[in-house]
Amino acid sequence: MRRSLQFLLPGLLVLLLGACAGTPVRGTGDLGLVIERASGHVTLVNTSSRSAYARVGGLGDLSHASVVYSRDARYAFVFGRDGGLTKVDLLEARIVTRVMQSGNAIGGAISQDGRIVVAQNYTPGGIKAFDADTLELLSEVPAEYAPGQFSKVVGLADVPGNRFAYALFDGGEIWVSDFSDPKRPVTKRYPAGLQPYDGLVTPDGRHYLAGLFGEDGIALLDLWQPEKGSRKILENYGRGEEKLPVFKMPHLRGWSVAAGRAWLPAIGRHEVLVADATTWKETGRVAVKGQPVFVMASPDGRQIWVNFAFPDNGWVQVIDTLTAKVVQTLQPGKAVLHMEFTPRGEAVWVSARDDNRVVIYDTRTFQTLGSFAAEAPSGIFFSSRAARIGL
Amino acid sequence: MSNSTAIVSVLTALLGFPALPAAAEPSPARQKELIHLVRQDCGSCHGMTLQGGLGPALLPANLADKPAESLVATIVHGRPGTPMPPWHRFLAEDEAQWIVAKLMAGFPK
Ligand code: HEC
Repeated sequence: MRRSLQFLLPGLLVLLLGACAGTPVRGTGDLGLVIERASGHVTLVNTSSRSAYARVGGLGDLSHASVVYSRDARYAFVFGRDGGLTKVDLLEARIVTRVMQSGNAIGGAISQDGRIVVAQNYTPGGIKAFDADTLELLSEVPAEYAPGQFSKVVGLADVPGNRFAYALFDGGEIWVSDFSDPKRPVTKRYPAGLQPYDGLVTPDGRHYLAGLFGEDGIALLDLWQPEKGSRKILENYGRGEEKLPVFKMPHLRGWSVAAGRAWLPAIGRHEVLVADATTWKETGRVAVKGQPVFVMASPDGRQIWVNFAFPDNGWVQVIDTLTAKVVQTLQPGKAVLHMEFTPRGEAVWVSARDDNRVVIYDTRTFQTLGSFAAEAPSGIFFSSRAARIGL
Repeated sequence: MSNSTAIVSVLTALLGFPALPAAAEPSPARQKELIHLVRQDCGSCHGMTLQGGLGPALLPANLADKPAESLVATIVHGRPGTPMPPWHRFLAEDEAQWIVAKLMAGFPK
């Protein structure tokens, strides 16, 4: 009761303020949201005051939900597991539009020009493009990699030229679809390898990487010279050794490049793999506490924060990119699912699902700056993503 | 096969349930932990509502015509060559049996 009031009051305030003329205008650069996976809510947050200011419900099944932002950083597009796509207004703290776009979705991306939102789906496997204003369906690309055979789609990322790159888990391919004509996408296909599980585009939009589950290695496509085709990097990093079981799939996203190197989760090894981001040769690896899930570079590239799969999901480790050594081991709470840096990286927000808590750390001192309650929090997404390729 | 298990198999076959050896029920506290594990941690691949994700749906309709023992074996030993990992470090055989029975009947919230 106390908590719902706490959430309700600021929301009401926003509405009241919005209703009268002469409203103090406000930017959204320090706003964001936290997914509350179990209850279909999102909590809206402010990274300057380090607090929640409103709560919005009715978003459906938000387990494994992800978010992209409109380029004005006002609207969050929330992709739910159940195929729901919801457009949330951060300023008015309300749902603007919501559509059910498939039966089983896994995330989405927004085009370079901000006009097209694309969802990636497991079933039926493929991607769907929507008008970012209205969420009207524009077109779709079924992931039919062989006649009658559809693949789950993973690793969708926007790349320059209103194109989207993604990988086919069952098809073993990387596809790049060009939405220059949003109603008539044109798709090119490249071999990836066995069971790509996720993908990322580097922050400059040049390279697309697909992590492979079925073999040791990562597929790489140079989007500046796609005619050269894809190739494999970090091959045989497991050196034929028996793999450890993977109790949760790692996630790749566009913040894994830092200090000139790419920092990537190994599969079935408790290691972060490090590759030179020009030659793509392995330069080292860092032993960590468990199977890495998120390997995230701070905005300045000085630190890499890593969380882990079950049963090591109570830990977070920090790697210093200068020395490539673990410099800090933290226990933020039970079942750490996600981490998000503030826009310039002075703080990082960490969600601890089973403690129903979001904890905020100072990235310089590793001291806790604060925390607040949220119901089974998972993904944390700040509006600074709006201006970044591949997020 | 002893007479009584034969009768049980016939009965369960008639009733449409696959034969499962009688297993000790986990304690109520442990049941709660198992439910949390399945919804949250199995859910990372099978979906929190078990409607499928990277792994297939685990709803009664999806499992109805599959032999329970093989589902238990899948949970305990995993399926090599697929992302389904082995859970024997965290689940005893009879706990896996309990989970399969619950999955086939409709998993508790
Ligand atoms: C890392 C991902 C992942 C996790 C975590 C996971 N599974 Fe699976 N599971 C899979 C995949 C993928 C398959 C399908 C394997 C195949 O292709 O045959 C599967 C198959 C199964 C099957 C067989 C389904 C069928 O129709 O034959 C059962 C039962 C199952 N999983 C139960 C569980 C349980 C219970 C847990 C948690 C204790 C769990 N899984 C955790 C990925 C996962």
